[in-house]
Amino acid sequence: MPPALMKRPRAPYRDIAVAVPVSLPYVRYSIDSAHWWIARALKALCDGAGIVPADVDGLSVSSFTLFPDSAVGLTQHLGLTPRWLDNIPMGGASAVVALRRAARAVEAGDATIVACIGADANQVDSFRKLLSSFSRFAQDASYPYGYGGPNGSFALLSDHYMRTTGTTREDFGKICVSQRDNALTYPQAIMKKPLTMEAYMNARPIADPIHLFDCVMPCAGAEAFLVTSLDVARDLGLPHAQLTGAIERHNAFPDDPIQMRGGWEMDIDELYGMAGTTPDGIDVLETYDDYPVIVMMQLEDLGFCPKGAAKDFVRAHDLTSAGDFPHNTSGGQLSAGQAGAAGGYLGLVEGLRQVTGQSLSRQVPGAKRALVSGFGMINYDRGLCTSAAILEGPGPQEGAGT
Amino acid sequence: MTDPIAPPPKKDPQAVTLRPELPPVQRSRAALKLTAAASRGGFALQVCDACGTVSYPARDACAKCLSTALTVKPVPPGGEVIAETTIRTSTDLYFRQRMPWRVGMVRLDAGPSLVVHLHGDVAVPGRVRMIHKLDKGGNAVLMALPEGRSAHMEDDPEYRELTASPKHRRILVTAGRGAVGQAVAQALLKAGAAHVFVGVAEPWKPFAGQEALANTPGIEVVPLDLTDTRSVAELAASIGGKTDILVNTAEHVRPGGAMDGGMIAAQDAFAVNVFGLQRLAQAFGPAMRGRGADGVNSAAAFVDVLPVSALAANPAFALHSATAAARLSLLQSLRAELRPGGVRVMSVFTGPVDDAWREHVPPPKVAPAQIARAVVTALAEGIEDSFVGDVAKDVAARFYDDPKVTEREMSQ
Repeated sequence: MPPALMKRPRAPYRDIAVAVPVSLPYVRYSIDSAHWWIARALKALCDGAGIVPADVDGLSVSSFTLFPDSAVGLTQHLGLTPRWLDNIPMGGASAVVALRRAARAVEAGDATIVACIGADANQVDSFRKLLSSFSRFAQDASYPYGYGGPNGSFALLSDHYMRTTGTTREDFGKICVSQRDNALTYPQAIMKKPLTMEAYMNARPIADPIHLFDCVMPCAGAEAFLVTSLDVARDLGLPHAQLTGAIERHNAFPDDPIQMRGGWEMDIDELYGMAGTTPDGIDVLETYDDYPVIVMMQLEDLGFCPKGAAKDFVRAHDLTSAGDFPHNTSGGQLSAGQAGAAGGYLGLVEGLRQVTGQSLSRQVPGAKRALVSGFGMINYDRGLCTSAAILEGPGPQEGAGT
Repeated sequence: MTDPIAPPPKKDPQAVTLRPELPPVQRSRAALKLTAAASRGGFALQVCDACGTVSYPARDACAKCLSTALTVKPVPPGGEVIAETTIRTSTDLYFRQRMPWRVGMVRLDAGPSLVVHLHGDVAVPGRVRMIHKLDKGGNAVLMALPEGRSAHMEDDPEYRELTASPKHRRILVTAGRGAVGQAVAQALLKAGAAHVFVGVAEPWKPFAGQEALANTPGIEVVPLDLTDTRSVAELAASIGGKTDILVNTAEHVRPGGAMDGGMIAAQDAFAVNVFGLQRLAQAFGPAMRGRGADGVNSAAAFVDVLPVSALAANPAFALHSATAAARLSLLQSLRAELRPGGVRVMSVFTGPVDDAWREHVPPPKVAPAQIARAVVTALAEGIEDSFVGDVAKDVAARFYDDPKVTEREMSQ
C-alpha cells in the first residue's frame, strides 16, 4: 500500500465535554409524534443547561418515525437556526456516532453547543409500518421469509452463536435477569416487575431460540445530551464527562458467513489507546442489548474476554450494578424499553449519569470511566453499524454532581 | 420425514373461509429479475460479468469490484445450512395464518449467505440443495431442501405454498373432446387430484376417447361450451366453488396466412381461443380468487395450454398465432388479477401438436402425453412459464435472446 493510503490513527479528542443527560419517561404507546418527543427533549436540554434554544447552534437527530421530515424540517418546526445540522440514521449506533461528529464540530469551531437527540414515536401499528420500509435488502431478501423482523434475524444469529460456542439459554438468561434487577432501581424503566430465571426459561417462544424476555419492548420516548467544550461546560456550571475515545465501523467482516462479531473488533485497540486505558480500567459498561446474543458479542469484541468465551465471563461475574461487573445499569433496552432510535441513546445517557454522579438508577460506587457501545441496522442478515465511546467523569461525589 | 397431507374433510358451509393474504410483495427491480428466472424454473442468481462474484441479495453493483454488469445465471445449488429458527410470531398477516414457520441461513457453495425457507426434513447443520420458486405473491423466494429425496417431501407445508400441487385438489379440464384434454385429465388424476371435471361441448355428439373418460373413477364429464357464455356460467354456478385448479386445453387451429381464409374461421378461432379463455376467467376467476387460502384444497392455479407462436407468429398459421398472442396478453392481465388471491396463472407453451390439422407440419411435434406431463410438472413444481417439446423450447430460447430476430427466423 502506498504511504499516502496508509490508515492514520484517529486524532484524540482534546477538550470535549458531554453534559445534561436527558431521559424522557417512556410510554408503551403514545399518540404523540417524533416531533413532539424531540421538542420536549430539546426543551429539557435547554432547561437543564440554563440556556435558551437560540444558544444551541448545532443539532443532531436520530429518529425512525420523523418521516417525511428529517433534521432539516425540524429546524423550522422548532424555530431553530443552527449553523451545524446532522441526521444520523444508524439505529442503535446513532448516539455514539452523533457524539463523535458533534465532538469534531465543536473542536473545529463549527458549533459551540450541539444538542444530540434520539427520539421515536410509537403509535399502535407503528412498529409494523416501520418494518415494512426498513431497507431494500430486508424487503427483497429477509421479510419474505416468515416476516419475523429483528426477532427472526437475531434468532438465526443466536442459534448459530449457541451452536458454535456452547452458550446456553441460561447464559442469555443471566444477562436479562441481571438487567431486570438494575431496572428495578431505575424509576423510568418500562419493566417494573422482578424477573426470575425460571420465568425467563419458561417464557413463550418467539422465534427459536429467542423467547419473550430476550426481546425488547418497543415504546415511545426520547434520550438526549449536549456536546460542547470543557470550557463552555465549566462556564455554564454543568456536571460533565470528558470524551476520551470513540470509534465507528460499518459493514465489517462482510465475508463472515453469519455474524459472529461486530466492527468493534477492528477498532478496539485504537479506542483504548485514545483513552489511555484498557478493559480493566472500565468501571461501567453500557452495551447495546436489543437481544442478549449481541451483548455476548460485545463482551468479546470490546476485549473483556476472548472470542467465544462470553458465556464463561457471564457465569463468572455479577452483572448487576451492585456486582463486580456493572453492566447496563438502567436495565438496558431489555428492561427499560426500546424507544426506537432513543434505544441507541439509552446506554450513553445512562453512562454519562453514572460517571457524573447524577444517576437515577442505583449508582455504581466509584464509577469514573464508562464504556458505551452501539450496534445498529439489520440491513439484511446482520447488524451493519458498530460504535463505541469512552467517557470519563468525576464519579459520584459527596452531595452529588460537580 | 414429512407427514403426508391427509385428504381434507368436507367443508363446513358455516365456517369462515380464510381470507387470502399475501407474503410481502414489494421488490426492487433487481430482485424482479430473480423472479423472472424463477418463473421458468431453475436456480439462478446474479453473477458479476467482470469478476465472477455471485451476489445476493439482488443488487445494482458488485460488492467486490463495483461493476454494474450483473447477469442472472444458473448457479450450483449446493450449500450448507448453518443456522435455523422457527418463527412463531409475526406482524404479517400471511405468515400469521401459517405459523410456525421454519427459516434457515445457508452458506451457498458459490459464495453468498442466504436467508431461506427451510424444508422440514433438513438437518441443521447439514448439506442442502437450493431451489428458487415463486411464492403466493408471485415473487421468487429461496428454499433449502434436503440434498436427497425424503418421503412425502412435497407435502411439507412451506414447500406446498410454493407450488400448486394437484394432490387432493379438484380440477376442471376444459376441452375433453380432444386428445390433449383427455391426456391431461388422466395425468392429473394419477398425480393425486381428488376429482377431475372434464368439460365437453355438445356432449350428445360422440367422440374418440369418450368411453375411457366415462369409465375412469374420479373423472366426471360435464357440459361446457367455451363459445357459449351461458354454458360457461352454468358450469361455474355448479362447480365454481370447488374448482381448485382450472386447466384450459381448448384450441381451435386452422392453417393459413393473414391474407388467406375467411372471416368465419378467424372468428371461430377467436371465439374459442381468446373469448373462451375470457369466459372462463369471468365465470371461474372471482370464486378462485376468494378461495386462495382455503386449506389443503384451496384454489391454486389457472393453467392455459397455448401455442408457443404466442411469442412470435408462425406465418403459416397467422390467425392461430394471433389468437395465441391475444391469449398470452389476456393471461398476463389475469395473472395480475388473480394474484391478490394467491392463485397462480400458469402458461404451458407448446410446439405444434401432432394432430390432423398439423399433419403437414414437419416434426418434431408434441404428443398429448407430453403436454399432460408438462401440466402436472408445472403444477407440482410451481413453474409459471413452461415450454413443451423441442420446438417450444427453441422458440423460447430465441425469443428471450432477441424477439426481432425470432420474428425473422419464424418466417424462414
